[in-house]
Amino acid sequence: MLNRKVLSALGGILAALPALAYESSYNMTTGVTDISRQVHGLHMMTFWVCVAIAVAVFGVMIYSIMTFRKSKGAVADQTLLHSTKVEVIWTVIPVLILIGVAVPTAKTMVRMDDTRNADLSIKITGYQWKWQYEYMGTGVSFYSTLAPSSNEARQLHSGIDPKSVKDYLLEVDHPVVVPVDAKVRLLLTGNDVIHSWWVPDFAVKKDAIPGFINEAWFKAEKIGHYTGQCTELCGRDHGFMPIAVDVVSKEDYAKWLAAQQEAAKAAAPAATTAANSAASASATL
Amino acid sequence: MPAPRGHRGLVARLLLFTAGSFAFGFALVPLYSVLCKVWDTGNRWYGTQTAQASVIEQPDVDRVVTIEFVGNVAHQEDWEFAPTATTMKVHPGKLYEATFHAKNLTGHAVVAQAVPSIAPQTIARYFKKTQCFCFEPQKFAIAESREMPIRFIVDRDLPPDIDRITLSYSFFDLPQAAASNR
Amino acid sequence: MAHADTHDHHDHDHKPTGIGRWLFATNHKDIGTMYLLFALMMFFLGGAMALGIRLELFKPGMQWFDPAFYNSLVTNHALIMIFGAVMPAWVGLANWMIPLQVGAPDMALPRMNNYSFWILPFAFTLLLSSFFTAGGGPAGGWTLYPPLSLQAGDSFPLTIFAIHMMGISSIMGAINVIVTIMNMRAPGMTLLKLPLFCWTWLITAYLLIAVMPVLAGAVTMLLTDHYFGTSFFNPAGGGDPVMFQHIFWFFGHPEVYILILPAFGIVSEIIPAFSRKPLFGYDAMVYASASIAFLSFIVWAHHMFTVGMPLAGQMFFMMSTMLIAIPTGVKVFNWTATMWKGSITFEPPMLFALAFLFLFTIGGFSGLMLAIAPADFQYQDTYFVVAHFHYVLVPGAVFAIMAGVYYWLPKWTGHMYSMSLAKWHFWLSTVSVNVLFFPQHFLGLAGMPRRIPDYSTQFTDWNMVSSVGGFVFGFSQLLFVVVVWQCARGGAKATDKVWDGQMTGLEWTVASPAPYHSFTDAPDLTGVADTHH
Ligand SMILES: [Cu+2]
Repeated sequence: MLNRKVLSALGGILAALPALAYESSYNMTTGVTDISRQVHGLHMMTFWVCVAIAVAVFGVMIYSIMTFRKSKGAVADQTLLHSTKVEVIWTVIPVLILIGVAVPTAKTMVRMDDTRNADLSIKITGYQWKWQYEYMGTGVSFYSTLAPSSNEARQLHSGIDPKSVKDYLLEVDHPVVVPVDAKVRLLLTGNDVIHSWWVPDFAVKKDAIPGFINEAWFKAEKIGHYTGQCTELCGRDHGFMPIAVDVVSKEDYAKWLAAQQEAAKAAAPAATTAANSAASASATL
Repeated sequence: MPAPRGHRGLVARLLLFTAGSFAFGFALVPLYSVLCKVWDTGNRWYGTQTAQASVIEQPDVDRVVTIEFVGNVAHQEDWEFAPTATTMKVHPGKLYEATFHAKNLTGHAVVAQAVPSIAPQTIARYFKKTQCFCFEPQKFAIAESREMPIRFIVDRDLPPDIDRITLSYSFFDLPQAAASNR
Repeated sequence: MAHADTHDHHDHDHKPTGIGRWLFATNHKDIGTMYLLFALMMFFLGGAMALGIRLELFKPGMQWFDPAFYNSLVTNHALIMIFGAVMPAWVGLANWMIPLQVGAPDMALPRMNNYSFWILPFAFTLLLSSFFTAGGGPAGGWTLYPPLSLQAGDSFPLTIFAIHMMGISSIMGAINVIVTIMNMRAPGMTLLKLPLFCWTWLITAYLLIAVMPVLAGAVTMLLTDHYFGTSFFNPAGGGDPVMFQHIFWFFGHPEVYILILPAFGIVSEIIPAFSRKPLFGYDAMVYASASIAFLSFIVWAHHMFTVGMPLAGQMFFMMSTMLIAIPTGVKVFNWTATMWKGSITFEPPMLFALAFLFLFTIGGFSGLMLAIAPADFQYQDTYFVVAHFHYVLVPGAVFAIMAGVYYWLPKWTGHMYSMSLAKWHFWLSTVSVNVLFFPQHFLGLAGMPRRIPDYSTQFTDWNMVSSVGGFVFGFSQLLFVVVVWQCARGGAKATDKVWDGQMTGLEWTVASPAPYHSFTDAPDLTGVADTHH
């Protein structure tokens, strides 16, 4: 009776595990893009393949450890040296599993690689230790650094409880703003050392390398505030150059962009770089 | 105990193998450039120029590709560096010229150099330059400003699904020693 | 295997005395002992740095260190654990055991053996002295990626020269192992009678001489970029920082197998011994090891999926990486099949080998997940990766070293050690290593990047758990020191065979402790049927 209760409780926990794993602070986010959902799907598929293999392999190991004990009088079978049949089986089955995993993976990779037909392009430059965002062809450009509240709290012996700070280490002064349901193409480069731009909810992680231009893209399907961090060690304050993206409606985006352009125009005479003033010019030959 | 003498042949072969591995480490540098060219990656070979004479213009007037120019500088307070026009619509098979504007704000004479990069990287082989200022030390006097031209032609064989090419130049002060080496 | 004659030549053990015995040591056992003690010291030093890291990460906010110092802790923890603890421990075990296992009187090149050891203390003094230079110790990660590593201050040349010296030391060690195994096997000891520890070490040694020089070349290029104005990797002069990553990982991935292949060898000896049954699929094990070594040369770029490789490159490196799962799987299946229908007992070496079997396999699973390029974009440079390689290296490589030491310690000292203390060490280590590293999978998946000194508050709970595990694991290792110390001092007399198991190696045919000069007369194995077939 008791045994049965324990067993059913165990069964319940086991059944609940996958559900727990899906939406929680200890699994990969499903994110808000088609790609991020595919990536999450691949992650879970591989995870369950591993779990299945683990159950089989660890099962046999545990069974052997429990059963074939000298203390239980087990006598070793000295003839069991190898078996071509078994060896072929446990080579071929993993090959088949791997092929099964590789095919859907390759499909997603092709999709991720396709940066065509973007609705807007943002050039992202990594600096020690901040990000610069330039909205290509609009003249809008700004830096994005760790929010002052976090920056104050993160100083050595600041005495400020990080739990009292909103979005500790994930809040920035100027978030990137992008329209919802638009294909945003990112052009990434580094100014000094290599950085890496990562927003888990978009499943985008791409290195920002000095002298190189890298491409990535995302199409966020849900309005909201998303955060990420630099993921390539870039020196002392590597841990303190977060990324924040506001996905807004197309109307709000247009309004925001116009306001930014207005501000840029007002600041233009004082600007020291020609980059912004020349940015809106374009030519056709 | 057998004398180490008996091992000389094998030891010599292993030392040779080790030396070979060391040399291979350095050989990876040119090898990498070759492989990059084959696999369309890296940027060291983007400086390659095609002789103007060898280019035959055969414009494909039905097709328009957007070329996007990007300028990067390591120290923004030291340089003005930007494309004169940020985008350009071009026909494959036709020769075009574009310029980048650079001005030295450092307050002293400098040698700088532009490093090119292209996206998507796999189309680099279809983007041919007959003239380019990249990978060439550029001397700038105090406050000197200059327009630096590139002449290029997009190959007619550019894969049909490509509608946009980004050409990026990063402008660096050349390290002192490297500058004097040239 | 028939027992070769046992020779007790204690009477002509010309054992040098005093400090000179160690400074000018040419005896493989003395040098092996020094290697192992050095590795143990470095294990505690690297471990202390790890505890510093876990201390800072115990809760959010900067409590203890400046971020730059934290980065140098991370960097040096890795360099010390890889080049100071795990690799010297393997060389130490190779020194002690390979002559005993192949029936040789000593290592083939005793003088070189002495040099290769004594380079190490100098190398690590150099590395550690960099902490006292302007700008502090190296802080760009053990991967030394430029341009960041080129920003280092005076620590830079010290780090580079230290790495050169470590490389020279391990190349000399590798050459010694190859020559010993190839030239000094007892008559009749064919290659396919070689114990698996010798086999995997032989393959490791070839990997070492193939890739350590490549690392030396890469760091030399960094040095000239920094000081002599070359531009191999410096983008400012037209160099390519990504090329460094390619060259580094061309070394780096085989290096991972350098750290783990000897572990495969040790486990392949201990599991049959205490299952009282010959290893299942000996030939397959040898071929699997060789395939893993070969594949390790063509998977390097899976460490750099995010640098922006062309699609074809990503596909190639993803597929080649997945292929590694096949020979690795064969190994795990063979070990399992060895236990099947065995007669198993659970002495400390077996316990550590079993923990290896389970926990290394977990590291293998996360490795397979990491091979999936699109998912890797989410894992790359997060704690998921940290969890993965620590599973492979701590309950993987380090546990196998522990298993090897517990297996052969009575042979070295002539005394049995305290089984109960060793079992305490085992259980504390095994439980705490999981408390330490398993939650790091969750942290990585939830989005915590690696190499950061402080984190967003949602990561607090698992970091606390991990830190607690870290401290328990760290202090549990003191038990290991106690066990080894006691065993060196005295204890029940060990028999020649030491264990009530089914051991086939020649090392069990000599006395315990093994005589100072191993096999003055080579045992003859001609005509001895090998047990593997
Ligand atoms: Cu960064």
